[in-house]
Parts: sequence; structure tokens; C-alpha cells
Amino acid sequence: MSLPYKIVVGLEVHVQLLTNTKLFCGCSTKFGSPPNSQVCPVCIGMPGTLPVMNRKAFDLALRAALALNCSIAEFTKWDRKNYYYPDLPKNYQISQYDLPFSYEGFLEINAAADPKKEYTPKRIGLFRAHLEEDAGKNTHDESGRGADSKVDLNRTGTPLLEIVSKPEINSPEEAKAYLEEIRLMLREIGVSDCEMQEGSLRCDANVNIHIEHEGGIAATPLVEVKNLNSITSVGRAIAYEAERQYKEFKKDPVNYRFGNMFKTTAGWNDVKGITVIQRHKENASDYRYFPEPDLVPVVVTPSEVQAAKMAMGELPSEQRKRLQSAPFNLTQYDSQVLTAKGRRMVTYYEEVTAVIGDGKQVINRMSDLVMGALNDRKEEIDQFPLSSQTFADFMKKTASITQQGRRDVFNHMLEKGTDAATSIKELGIQTDFDESKLLQAVLEAIAANGPAVEDYKKGKTAAANRIKGHVMKTAKGAPNDVVQRLLEAELAKLMGT
Amino acid sequence: MIERTAAELIALQAKGEATAEAITDAFLASIKARDGEVKAYQFVDEALAREQAKAVDAKRKSGAKLGALAGVPIAIKDVLCTKGLPTTCSSKMLQNFIPPYDAHVIENLKAADAVLIGKTNMDEFAMGSSTENSAYKTTRNPWDLERIPGGSSGGSAAAVAACEAACSLGTDTGGSIRQPASLCGIVGIKPTYGRVSRYGLIAFASSLDQVGPFTHDVTDNALLMEVISGHDPRDSTSVDEPVPAYTKTLNTPVKGLTIGVAREYFGEGLDPEVEASVKQALKEYEKLGATIKEVSLPHSKYAVAVYYIVATAEASSNLARYDGMHYGHRAKGKHDLIATYSKSRAEGFGKEVQRRIMLGTYALSSGYKDAYYLKALKVRRLIKNDFDKAFESCDVVMGPTAPTPAFKLGEKTADPLSMYLSDIYTISCNLAGIAGISIPCGFSKTGLPIGLQIQAPPFAEEKMLQVARMYEAATDWHTKRPKLG
Ligand SMILES: [Zn+2]
Repeated sequence: MSLPYKIVVGLEVHVQLLTNTKLFCGCSTKFGSPPNSQVCPVCIGMPGTLPVMNRKAFDLALRAALALNCSIAEFTKWDRKNYYYPDLPKNYQISQYDLPFSYEGFLEINAAADPKKEYTPKRIGLFRAHLEEDAGKNTHDESGRGADSKVDLNRTGTPLLEIVSKPEINSPEEAKAYLEEIRLMLREIGVSDCEMQEGSLRCDANVNIHIEHEGGIAATPLVEVKNLNSITSVGRAIAYEAERQYKEFKKDPVNYRFGNMFKTTAGWNDVKGITVIQRHKENASDYRYFPEPDLVPVVVTPSEVQAAKMAMGELPSEQRKRLQSAPFNLTQYDSQVLTAKGRRMVTYYEEVTAVIGDGKQVINRMSDLVMGALNDRKEEIDQFPLSSQTFADFMKKTASITQQGRRDVFNHMLEKGTDAATSIKELGIQTDFDESKLLQAVLEAIAANGPAVEDYKKGKTAAANRIKGHVMKTAKGAPNDVVQRLLEAELAKLMGT
Repeated sequence: MIERTAAELIALQAKGEATAEAITDAFLASIKARDGEVKAYQFVDEALAREQAKAVDAKRKSGAKLGALAGVPIAIKDVLCTKGLPTTCSSKMLQNFIPPYDAHVIENLKAADAVLIGKTNMDEFAMGSSTENSAYKTTRNPWDLERIPGGSSGGSAAAVAACEAACSLGTDTGGSIRQPASLCGIVGIKPTYGRVSRYGLIAFASSLDQVGPFTHDVTDNALLMEVISGHDPRDSTSVDEPVPAYTKTLNTPVKGLTIGVAREYFGEGLDPEVEASVKQALKEYEKLGATIKEVSLPHSKYAVAVYYIVATAEASSNLARYDGMHYGHRAKGKHDLIATYSKSRAEGFGKEVQRRIMLGTYALSSGYKDAYYLKALKVRRLIKNDFDKAFESCDVVMGPTAPTPAFKLGEKTADPLSMYLSDIYTISCNLAGIAGISIPCGFSKTGLPIGLQIQAPPFAEEKMLQVARMYEAATDWHTKRPKLG
């Protein structure tokens, strides 16, 4: 893929924290309850009420910030962001302005051109991560019949962590990888469930492009793309918006430049696959921030930071590194795939490897059989009927049989709920082969396939497969690798003559 | 009966010489007789008051332990949320607001078996110094009905001065308790910021607001302070400091005490009669064995300017919720969103409130925030430093509470700046977050009360009340009551 420009993207991600109660009151944060059933005088901003910080939310945010490699401020305060909107009953949002509790972090993502095949690490810098309260939800009559608009304040006051990246994301794929990594990590460390459909992960993208133009670099004006409802749509929107900006630039390369106009907001229309420019930001940008006088500043002690680190557990990035070293010795790519499956899958893998020893072989068997079966059965690893010990036993007992034979045993175990030994017996598969008998079968096959041998001698190495097929017919269930080894050795002898 | 102090009313009941019901009836009768002229009350629920009084009498009969304010009729500034009772902030905006909860101080009063007799008139959203900014009525000074009672807690001050309640609660953001107390000849305290929970106090300026009592004398004030002070986890700015038994240490002599007198408090604009009374009071303290020491509060000259930036900035945000959408008056008719906001707010807020919202919005706007709001915060710090330094060498700082006695109705309404200056001596106490009290210290030739302000370091209310009480014990200003019909 070669574009005539460089895409430059900064992402603003909002995640809802997994607290039972809201950021400044005791109301539940449960999703999907009847409208306005999870409210109290505090979160609806009733005159005379005051916010009280939920320490659990702060601790979760601290954990997330540490996982994002952020520096933690010893002293942090709250600020009011003032703007009028019906989903914001106080008409100000309690947020953090100039002293966020964490700043200057980074997230390592897989920036490979084809992330399905390889792993190329890249660090995306973060400006900051700060805490704030969520707003409610407005619903309007979309039918155009002019019915009343409605406001649901259940979400009002839910703790949000805003993670602001630097403009260091340079492709739609990187943006998707960034979001996938944030989602994986925050789920793994128990900070957020990151469900974009339910709005517990939201993302706005600041997009522009850099174009080589008349011997210099021309940057286009910044556009903030909103209404991105899935990771896929983030990627699509960035690709579309970059291309749109490139067309605009070609129309007017003199004036369509960064700095010549204010930041614009655009909405992503997922059905039409286009961005729709909404408004210039200049009018809305004065939030008249000032320190929230109803809350006291928060002081973070080294022991609190330590406690948050302890609560964090192993991060995906640390886990990948561990999986690449002994006893697992996985490739970067394999460690990425396995880690992306979540911590329970990794535990399963580790338990099987503890029995089998060869981590590479275990990941191959698991990718081939377990992950495929989970996909077909639409199950998570902790619902999977074969325990790690059962699977390890299966691997041992089927070490010397063909791939097809192993697959049959595996499926039989899943279907019948039997162990490996029983399944092998019931399927009538022979698992102990005498190597001298196999050699006999190989020699017979070479003798019976004269034309194939001739082809092989002429350099058509694929002809060996025809001979091997013959062997497998006579020695049902024979281990592939042993047959291959014996056949190669015999053919080599023939070549030498 | 109605001229008695709360402590006396409690004693009468204890001795069996009066019931809570009889006391409440007497005060209800006083309200009937006098409030037509004084206009202290926004709302009185006679039946509810009697019901509370009867409950106290029944409790006494049953032998159960009674609260510290049992059977004492108390009036509440209409800025404090009272469950099930209108709480208007004397604004058209909150004409129909009935809170579903009690403010922390109201809970404490109820737990102390006080009789909540009514809600008092105030400057709209506590913005003003004369109670002329109420959307409903103008409260009169009980000593001269042609004059203002001070503000913004004018109704609460007038109710006590006029003996329409034994005591009351007000709120003080820049002098709104001390200035009306001074003008009405009673005792009013602005506790240290964080001493009393603000939960249920409808905010004007959150970093300055405090709740405090109005009483006839210092003893009553100490009694009420014991009831309303203390930590409340619902207010993050309320401080977890133990509450001393203020009433127990009141009568400690002031001998050996050092009283700071700021030279900045005796400059231009101070009425000569006020100056004379305050200086006389200082002489009295010397007689009592205290040492007078001149101190300087060099940044106090900026206090009014700083206050009108900080307070209005916070107010512009605090009052944003009154938009006709979730809270407050909504303009009639169908309008788009922005028009609904602006029409509702234009109709619902009075002129002074609008003026302050605009001032505060301006002070926080980008391009002006550095020059106004952020600079004001810096000067606020300097004002606090002035007090810290003064309190290194003296126990309390004294001076006049207000520059003049009560002025005439309408005298300053056309000139907001001169109105703002009536809080010139009280404002820095709020900016510094320290404690302050106003006690009666004389009368003008025309019979208008004059107040002495005593300011003390944070959480030094115990000493401040003691210092106030020792002067009171040596004088009889606090025993005077206005002559009313
Ligand atoms: Zn709530």
C-alpha cells in the first residue's frame, strides 16, 4: 500500500471504569436499566448537593495509567468544564484540566503491515490520561414528527478515563491495533469491559495528512471525527477522511493547510461510509475551566502507586515478552496471537506446556484444534469441555499419529466426552508403529511408483507426495513425520546412485 | 417570652415554667404581629411548627433525653434545603423547588429537637448586602423600618432582632451573616471554611460559603455552633476536626490576650460613629487586661476586587443549572434550545444575579482568565498570608464589621459599587477561610446598632467566642431589643 501522503492521527479514547457506583455519588453504574432509575440528588445536580470522590474509581484509573506507562502526579485536582447541554444537568462536567493525575505515557502496538501474519512493535506516545464524569444520554424523535426529546441520566456521573494519544498513529491499521491493545489491556487488568456497543469504550479521531509538496511537507487542517461505533469504523473513517483531505488539498493546495482554519468536527456515517463535516470548533471551545471548589485535591502517595501496581497483574506487553522466552520460546507473532486471546487462554496454554514441555508444539496444536473448536462452538476457553490436563494427555497419546488421526481423536473426545485413550481405542487407531515395518512400507511404495520416482529424480520434488500417499494407505494412522523422514532418506539414497 | 435567648427558653422548659408549644405559639404570634412590617419571613408553616413543639413536649414528658435546642424556635435562611418545604433562595427561579432532602445543618437542628419555625427572606441566591435583591419582598431593619437589615441573610437577622425567632441560621459568603448581624444589633458568626457542612446549602460561591447562626448573645451562638459544626462525609471540604464544647469555655477571662487591630480598617469611608464605638470597645478590652497591637493587612484593599471575581466566577458555574431544562423557571412557549435557556434565565433571575453571572463568565473567559480569575486567585493567597502573619503575633484581629450603620431602603440600589463596599471589612475573612464574628458594640445617635468584628485563625472559634463573650459580659448592648408593635 503506497499512499501519496502520510496519515497522522491522534486518538481520544474514553473508557468507563468498572466500578459498582458512580464517580461522585453512590448510584449504580449498571448498563441497560430503565431510564432515570439510577439517579440521586447528587448525580442529577440538585441544588445544594455536593460531589464526593469514589476512591475505587480513582484507584482503577491509577492502575490503568500505570499500565499505560504514564507518570503519576503526586498532586492532582478537579476542574469544572462549563457548557450547556440537556444531558448535563449541572451544565458543567467535573473533569481534569491542567493537572491531570497522569501524563506522558506510551502504548506498544503491533504495527505490522499485515498484523494477521507478523508482529512489528511500535510505541504510540500518550499525552495524558485523566478522570472525569460521564454525561447522560439525550434521545430525540428521529421520525421528524417533532415529539419531545428525552433525557436519561442513568449514565450521568459514571467514571470515565480519557486517554489522549499523541498524533503518532499513521494508518487505519495502527489505529485499530491501538484500540485493540487498549481494550485487551484494560480488560486484562480489570479496569473496563471496553464494550463499544454499550458505550463503555468511545473513540474520537483527530485526523490530518502530511503531503510532500513543492519540496516541503504540507499539512492539512485537523478534523476531529466523532460517532465512531466500532473499531472497524475507526479504521474506515480514518482512511476515508485522509483521502477526502487529500482531494481537498489537491483542489486548493495554497489555502487548505493546517493553521489556516480552526479544527473542524465531523461525524462518521457508518452506513454511507463517509464523514460529514458538522461545525467549526471555535464557538464551542471556551469551556471556562476552573478548579472545582466542591472537591479537595487528591494526593497520591508512593504506597498507593505501589498498591495499584500490585493490583495490575501482568500486562499484555509483559506477557508477550515472557511467552517469547524459555520455556515457551514463542515467536513474537505467536505470543501476540495467544495474548490477544486473553489471560485465561494463556493460563490454559501454560498448563498444557508444563506437561508437554515444547511450547511451540503446544501453540501449534492449540491453534489447530482448540481455538478452531472454540470458534465453531462459540465458546470461551473457560467453558471448553477439555481441561488443560485432558488436552495435555491427548497430546501425549497422539504424538506419533497422523494429523488426521489426531483430529479424529480430538473431535471424538469433544463429542463423546471420553478421554484420549478411550477415543483412540473406540476409533481403532493404531498408535504404536514399528519403524522397521514402516520402512518396509516405504520401500514397497517406492518400488510400486516407478514413474513418480523418475519424476522426483528429474527435480519434481512434489512427486514425493504421491509415494507418501501410497505409504499412508498401507500404514493407516502412521505418524506423518516419521514416514516423511524415512521416505526422504530412501529417496536421497536413490538420488545418490 | 419572645425577647428571651435560646438558653433562657431551654431553662424555662427545664424548670417547667413553659412548654415548647407555648414558646412556639408566642413566637408565631410575634410573627403575626410584626412580620407584616418587618417582612423577615419567606415562608412560615404554623401547623408544622406546633407539631414539632408538641413532639418536644411529648418527648420531655416521656422522660427521653432531649436535644441541645429542645423547643427553641429557629428561623432558616431560604438558601438551606428543607425536606418537603419550599426552598426558593428568594428567586423566581426556584419558586416551586421543594427539596427531597434536608441540608446537613437542618438534620442536626432536627436531631437537637429545635423547632423550625419558617424560612427567611434573603438577597436572591445570597447576592447582595441589603436583602433588597429578593424577588419577593424587602425585609426591613427592626430598629428602623425605613432602613435595610443588611444582607444577604437580612431575613434571618431581622427575624431574631425583631424577636420573631429565638435564633436563626444564615450563610456568609462575603459578610452575609456578620454585616446584617451588625446592622440589626445581634450576634452572627461566619465559621472557619470547612467547620460546618455545606451539604444542602444552595451554592453561591462554593469556596467561600459557610453556614452560621444568628443569636441575641454569644452564649446562644456557642450553643448553636456546637449543634451545627462537625465533619460531614457528604461535603468533601468539611474538615474532620473535633468540635469543642464552645459553651463550656466561654467565660474565660481575656487577660494576657493580644488583640490585633488592622490599621487598614480605619481608613476612608468609615462612619465616625462606627469608628468611635469600635475604638471604645477596644478600650474596654484593654480594661479587661488584653493587649492591643497594631497589625497590617496590606492586601486587604484588594479584597473587594478579588471577591467580585472569585465569587462571581464560581457563581456563574454554580447557577448554570438553572436553565429551565432540569431546574428553574422555564419560559413559556416553544423555543429552540438556546432560546429556551436564554429566555428562561432572563425571566428567572433578577438583575443583580444576572450582573454577577455575566461578571463571572467574563472573568473565566479565554483571553481574560489570566488577567482576572487566575490573578485574583494569586491575590487571594496574599490576603490569606496577611492573616497568617498577623496571627503570628496576636490571638484575634478586631475592627468594625460594616463601615456604616444600616442605610436607607433604596439608598444604594442604583449604585452597585457602593453597595459592594458595605462588605469591605468582612470579605477578606471568607477569602482567607478564617473565622469571624460580629457582636453588638453600641448604637448611633439615631439609635442604629453598630457591630464589632472579631476574626480568628482557622478552627479557633472557641477562642473567638470566648473573646466575644468577655466583652459582652462587661457590656449590655446585647440585651437591647427594638420597639415594635
Ligand atoms: Zn447518584
